[in-house]
Amino acid sequence: MNKPTQSVHSYYWIGLRDTVPFLLIIIPFGLLWGVVGSEAGFDLTAVIAMSLIVVAGAAQFTATSLMVEQSPLFITVLAALAVNLRMVMYSAALAPHLGGQRLGMRLLTSYFMVDQNFALSIKKFEDAPEMKGAEKAQYYLGSATLLVIGWVIASVCGAVFGATIPDYFALDFAIPICFIALSAPLMRSLPHFVAAVVSVIGALMFVNMPYSSGLLLASVIAMIAGVQTEMFLKRRGGKS
Amino acid sequence: MIETSTIWIVIILLGLGTFLIRFSFLGLIGDRKLPRWITLHLNYVAVAVMPALVAPLVVWPEATGGALDAPRLLAALAALAAGLALRSALWSVSIGFGVLYFMLFVVS
Repeated sequence: MNKPTQSVHSYYWIGLRDTVPFLLIIIPFGLLWGVVGSEAGFDLTAVIAMSLIVVAGAAQFTATSLMVEQSPLFITVLAALAVNLRMVMYSAALAPHLGGQRLGMRLLTSYFMVDQNFALSIKKFEDAPEMKGAEKAQYYLGSATLLVIGWVIASVCGAVFGATIPDYFALDFAIPICFIALSAPLMRSLPHFVAAVVSVIGALMFVNMPYSSGLLLASVIAMIAGVQTEMFLKRRGGKS
Repeated sequence: MIETSTIWIVIILLGLGTFLIRFSFLGLIGDRKLPRWITLHLNYVAVAVMPALVAPLVVWPEATGGALDAPRLLAALAALAAGLALRSALWSVSIGFGVLYFMLFVVS
């Protein structure tokens, strides 16, 4: 560690403080993940390990739901990674701000990359262009700390208490509701909405394809539908 | 029941793959730009994959042995409507579960 000055360090605490409201989202989802994971047959160690190693709720739910359906390993990992591919965009967006840091710091910032701290950090970096690289890194790490700790602790609580939750709570339907909740707010434009609709139709049509390959086919067609809609709207709307 | 070894293999592969995705530009590619057609499509990955995952689970729920189930269908639609209208995952989950419990209570 190089010695951070007082001001560099204070950015860590600013980042930490800025994420407090997001605990309201992270903790219920972490609890739910713990419950879903233990219902699926994960022991406590596996629940904790997945939260610590993967640190990506939507991908964890994806992988777990496919494992429950006995999908092949290859499809399970591929589909869950596809859900995480959005982070390529995050990594690309953060590179101009944090790419100059030492390797250790870049490894840390990569590990600590989740939707909420990415969104917060990019907004902060754009609002305060005078921030130095080290200050940005501190802010970013600060904004990740509570989220990751909250995620892991909530996972543990969900796994511990999940087994005691009776059947009439219908937790079998926790995964579908969770996915809907995670994806609905992403449909922020008409092309995103079109992609989602095509994705649903495709998945229902291709449901009998072997090895869950219908899921991948439906996803690819939906992505193309989204991009084509976007380009169509752009052409129709003129130069922009 | 899922094999314990399957769980651990998935955790490790998914963990490694996810880390590489996160590290891609920060560590491996740097400031170079992705081709435009790739970034265009990447924008839609999440909305293309997650609905495809969820649709069969809603239409053919496991708990009813694959029969279309009114409480679960309505709960899913309510969660979707709430998520779209309020742009909040938390509200979407709360309203989805609220409708699910209400409908299960009414039906039983």
